[in-house]
Amino acid sequence: MATTEPRVLTTVSGVASAGDAPPARPMVAVRSLDAYFGANRAVKDVSLEFPEGQVTAIIGPSGCGKSTLLRCINRMHETVSLARVEGEVFLDGRDIYARDVNPIEVRKQIGMVFQRPTPFPTMSIRDNVIAGFRAAGRGAPSRAEQFEIAEWALQRAALWDEVKDRLHESALALSGGQQQRLCIARALATRPRVLLLDEPTASLDPISTQKVEELVYELRGDITIVIVTHNMQQAARVSDHTAFMLLGDLVEMAPTSRMFTSPGDERTEAYITGRFG
Amino acid sequence: MSARAPRRSVRVRRARSAVMVGLTVAAAVLATLPLIFILALLIKQGASSLNWAFFTGMPKPVGETGGGMANAMAGTAMLIGIAAAIGLPVGIGAGLYLAEHRNGRLAWVVRFLSDVLNGLPSIVVGIFAWQFLVRPVKQFSALAGGIALAVMMIPLVTRATEEMIKLVPDSLREAALALGYPRWRTSLTVVLRTALPGIVTGALVAIARIAGETAPLLFTAFGNQFWSTSLTQPISALPLQIFSYAISPYEEWHSLAWAGALVLLALVLVISLIARFVTRSRFGHGHD
Ligand SMILES: Nc1ncnc2c1ncn2[C@@H]1O[C@H](COP(=O)(O)OP(=O)(O)OP(=O)(O)O)[C@@H](O)[C@H]1O
Ligand SMILES: [Mg+2]
Repeated sequence: MATTEPRVLTTVSGVASAGDAPPARPMVAVRSLDAYFGANRAVKDVSLEFPEGQVTAIIGPSGCGKSTLLRCINRMHETVSLARVEGEVFLDGRDIYARDVNPIEVRKQIGMVFQRPTPFPTMSIRDNVIAGFRAAGRGAPSRAEQFEIAEWALQRAALWDEVKDRLHESALALSGGQQQRLCIARALATRPRVLLLDEPTASLDPISTQKVEELVYELRGDITIVIVTHNMQQAARVSDHTAFMLLGDLVEMAPTSRMFTSPGDERTEAYITGRFG
Repeated sequence: MSARAPRRSVRVRRARSAVMVGLTVAAAVLATLPLIFILALLIKQGASSLNWAFFTGMPKPVGETGGGMANAMAGTAMLIGIAAAIGLPVGIGAGLYLAEHRNGRLAWVVRFLSDVLNGLPSIVVGIFAWQFLVRPVKQFSALAGGIALAVMMIPLVTRATEEMIKLVPDSLREAALALGYPRWRTSLTVVLRTALPGIVTGALVAIARIAGETAPLLFTAFGNQFWSTSLTQPISALPLQIFSYAISPYEEWHSLAWAGALVLLALVLVISLIARFVTRSRFGHGHD
């Protein structure tokens, strides 16, 4: 239903008219979304769409609501006390804020990686990767299948070669960059349709950063990715579309190449040329 | 005032600092002195009675020499077992609740009551247990003693659990929720599991704390000169046995009391050492 009416709402600049990105149906569509922390309105009437199988970067100065917007997409925002959401978010055409939708089911379909690595300290490397299946209940694959999936996910996250001989060791024995790739593998293992990355390389060294960026680039096509970043070059390198936020507002969203060459809004230009933020 | 003032203030500050350091060192020594004295005294008075028979034998009637505290040690073990079986689940559950519902009104009430319970004189706990567990059935029992000890233990375990769970970073909770874990599973398999070494330490400290309690047992477990493992019969315990030997008029029994006290102290020491050991492996994770 909602799947069929995407482009009408496609943001200020219009993704549909993108020259370099093929038109794709929106995997996630955000409609008139407001997000609050108590009385503080952190996201203000934001509407935008994340095309299927493509990478969308969200940029903007600190505190502008990027993480909050991201956390509304997998219903994590409401886990903070006093936090509240108004508006709609469609995941593959289905309103995830509808009354009959269980937020736990939403979160299982959407992977999330945070700014700092969050491996479970009491679990081994492999158990971390397959941790998502613990929540799957009866629908979970067999143990043997899970181990295969773990290998597959670790390979995708470019971590397999570094950990294949020590899958039973504690995840804490890994470096920060390895831990972050482990978290990405953990998010990938359950085959989510959408992957939310909140400044995934903020605490990583250049080499680990490059690995994560390559991974994001490779995952395009399979998974719809939303990545929050403070790094303009990173946004330019990995994303098909870029959204710019300011003080809770979505200023504009455009194909990345256009955004960084001829932004439509002068505030966007000021930000990406480093004149503020 | 202008040029010399800073130099003088530095000197004053140094002197003040030296005095403070001296005072704290003195306080630290004073704080550990009693333990050293007690240990020395116990060894001097009790070591001579510590022999094999002390651990395997039963109390002997007045006039006969020798005799041991096997039943008292078994009784203490059993009382600790009962107290732990009740006190640990309740205390850990309450602590988990307090940590996961930090600002709730019920949490405030539970936290306050738990502090009050923690400060309750142990003799009051003993009388309370007697009133509700002994008087109605007209029977002293191991169960009543164990429950009285559990009541002493619960607030300790509750607060220790709460503090340890608060140390678990929120980011872990979020990571589990984002994977689609329900709240209860997040609490059990991630939060509680991560805090477990700290909770075990807290539990051991609580056990060490109640192992030597006497007052709550006086009108509940009551004491027993014979071997008993029945829940519904009076049961002996090390502190009770020490107490009754110590107030007796017989030399022989006095030295048995000293030996019992030495064993009790050793027990507490060992439990504390284990607790220390477990603490060291706590939160080995490298991120914050
Ligand atoms: N847990 C919270 N409780 C209350 N207010 C919050 C909370 N988290 C964020 N906020 C507020 O919401 C607004 C948006 O925060 P958000 O974290 O979404 O910003 P951001 O764009 O991700 O910033 P950054 O780039 O620094 O991560 C800010 O004004 C912030 O103060
Ligand atoms: Mg953020």
